[in-house]
Amino acid sequence: MSALLLATPVLADGVIGFNVDALAHNFWALTVDGLTYGAIYALVATGYTLVYGVLRLINFAHSEVFMFGMFGQYATLMLLGFAPSGNAYSEGTLLTIVYLGIAMLGGMIVSGGTAVGLERVAYRPLRKRGAPSLAFLITAIGASFVLQEFVHFILPKLTNNELGGANAQQPIVLVVPSVQFTFLGASVTNIELIIVAAALILTFATNQFIVATKFGRGIRAVAQDPVTATLMGVSRERIIMLTFLIGGVLAGAAALLYTLRVPNGIIYSGGFILGIKAFTAAVLGGIGNLRGALLGGLLLGVMELYGQALFGTEWRDVVAFVLLILVLMFRPTGILGESLGRARA
Amino acid sequence: MRRTSSRMAGVALVVVAGLAVAGCSSKSNSGSTDTGTAGGGSLSIQPLVQIDQSGAEVKSSGSTDAANPAGDGKATCSGVSLAMAGALTGPNAALGINILNGAKLALKQHNDANPNCQVDIKQFDTEGDPQKATQVAPSIVSDKSIIGLLGPAFSGETKATGQVFNQNGLLSLTASATNPDLTKNGWNNFFRGLANDAVQGPSVAKYMVNTLKYSKVCVVQDDSDYGVGLAEQITQGLGSAADSSCAAKVKTGDKDFSATVQIVKSANADAVFYAGYYAEAAPFVSQLRSGGVKSAFVSADGTNDPQFVKQAGAASKDAYLSCPCGPAPDKFAADYKAQFNVDSGVYSVEAYDLATIMLKGIDSGIKDRAGLIDYVKNYDGQGLARHYKWNADGELASALIWIYQVK
Repeated sequence: MSALLLATPVLADGVIGFNVDALAHNFWALTVDGLTYGAIYALVATGYTLVYGVLRLINFAHSEVFMFGMFGQYATLMLLGFAPSGNAYSEGTLLTIVYLGIAMLGGMIVSGGTAVGLERVAYRPLRKRGAPSLAFLITAIGASFVLQEFVHFILPKLTNNELGGANAQQPIVLVVPSVQFTFLGASVTNIELIIVAAALILTFATNQFIVATKFGRGIRAVAQDPVTATLMGVSRERIIMLTFLIGGVLAGAAALLYTLRVPNGIIYSGGFILGIKAFTAAVLGGIGNLRGALLGGLLLGVMELYGQALFGTEWRDVVAFVLLILVLMFRPTGILGESLGRARA
Repeated sequence: MRRTSSRMAGVALVVVAGLAVAGCSSKSNSGSTDTGTAGGGSLSIQPLVQIDQSGAEVKSSGSTDAANPAGDGKATCSGVSLAMAGALTGPNAALGINILNGAKLALKQHNDANPNCQVDIKQFDTEGDPQKATQVAPSIVSDKSIIGLLGPAFSGETKATGQVFNQNGLLSLTASATNPDLTKNGWNNFFRGLANDAVQGPSVAKYMVNTLKYSKVCVVQDDSDYGVGLAEQITQGLGSAADSSCAAKVKTGDKDFSATVQIVKSANADAVFYAGYYAEAAPFVSQLRSGGVKSAFVSADGTNDPQFVKQAGAASKDAYLSCPCGPAPDKFAADYKAQFNVDSGVYSVEAYDLATIMLKGIDSGIKDRAGLIDYVKNYDGQGLARHYKWNADGELASALIWIYQVK
């Protein structure tokens, strides 16, 4: 009896324990949360995927584009007259939607601008000189640090300590989560509905843009064969700028949705982990493939939470990357394959 | 085949999006009714009660008979100074500055009252980094006018530099380094002005069980040395009240705690104890509350920071936060604010008290390092925060913990 009592905590602490109960009890609640996060991953992943499709470049600074989006929408709300406070604002549904829309626009502008600026300052000079792809990768990582430290040290000086610095921003809360309905024991809140719906609409719209418009055709053409595309009269530089812009705009939208869910997550280091996860999602679904980004994002979001419930909450990142390795072992190009230009042309 | 399946996926996507939009718009009205209820006024961390290691309340001895740095105004001294070592720049500078300002206030009151004994405090910035601290330590000990050191501020740097100060016989009086092992090195020059971490864990655990009457507590810890050590002591102290089925681990830097929230929620515990820092505690408590978890939130000194309340807002209401640091008496807070134009912070009172003790030593005629160590070793007196009397190891004879609450 006493031996058993002694053995139990050792087992639970030492090796990985399987907590099937936690997973089974919370399965639908975890699914709802996972889809919410997955939707945000998917939006950010689209930025990685588009740039990779067109330039074969992994833009590691995209996580900072997202982080700038968080500050962008926050600053927009401050300009609209909202002050950070411990309490939530209650503006009524219609006005809240309008404010959120404006904030999202602000986030999109800041993120889009950052992405395009990053491309012009960091990547275009390298491209002009025909630098090897390794130089781009290192530049991307360097740019990521520069952007982070800008928000950490310089932004507070420029804004009289209103923005940036070592601590997270004091949240501005416009929407308080409230349960809308219960689905198989899992409560679904208004915020979760907004996030998933907005993310799906934006992903779908982006897909339509790439598939059905002239600009989209240009992007696909450059992704397929840059030289021929140029010969056919497509301006490669303009297409590259457009690609960064779309990726940035989606990251800005994701930033607003993320801060609805995690209002106190606006900090200079807040984009890093999410960016890596979104990149993982992009690779998981098949980098260079828009639908892959969506599928990869949703799958990753859900699997992470299942994994946390099953193995323990500290295993989140391990679950994400083991999943990635497993998928890549059997499908090296990701679940749906690399295909911005090729398959769907 | 592939083409049709992906087209199907596209159609499914539109349907889902449509449903989600419909669901959203039809429900958003009912959502707005809740929006106004999350009020709470302006919250702050208020001292609640002082406890001992069994979790029982110990009446605060009061600050009325506290040692006054001004003394009798007749002290004479010359050529002696004090030093302060700690983070004055860098990400942890806030604590170092709290300490430095507390000491400066004591010095100012002393110097104003004693025209014939002007003592200054030399500042040594370690950035809280053990490596930087080892670089500045030699310049502290080589300045022969320094006969007493307030600091080092953090445990890591104290561990790294303790040997140097000990060999040079320089009094090291810390207002904030709480690692229990620091007093086990046999340093006869090291004294700690507050309770250590080994006191905090058990005290808070017993307070939760005996006073707050919690019978089921989920212990959530981060991955820092501090969080892991504290969680172990809390879990041990809680005994059967610690529910291992909802114990969870998070990582420093995490902002999303969905899985942890769900697990804690289904456990339906009396309280959640978080062993970690405010940067994660704030989003964690917000997500607990927005996830519908009603359990009390208890945490320790890593969370006891105004930033916690600022970032968590209404979600931080009623949270219990412990700290070995004592609350600032009103007069001290007012003097401090008048002097530095900022509110006093964690460890300011301790720094004031400890600087006062060293100043009293100087006023009594002590001119050398050995004399000051001896003076502190035999000191027995009341300060603003607590009673100061040390045992042979350099720990306070009676080490108490304060419980604060966000109100």
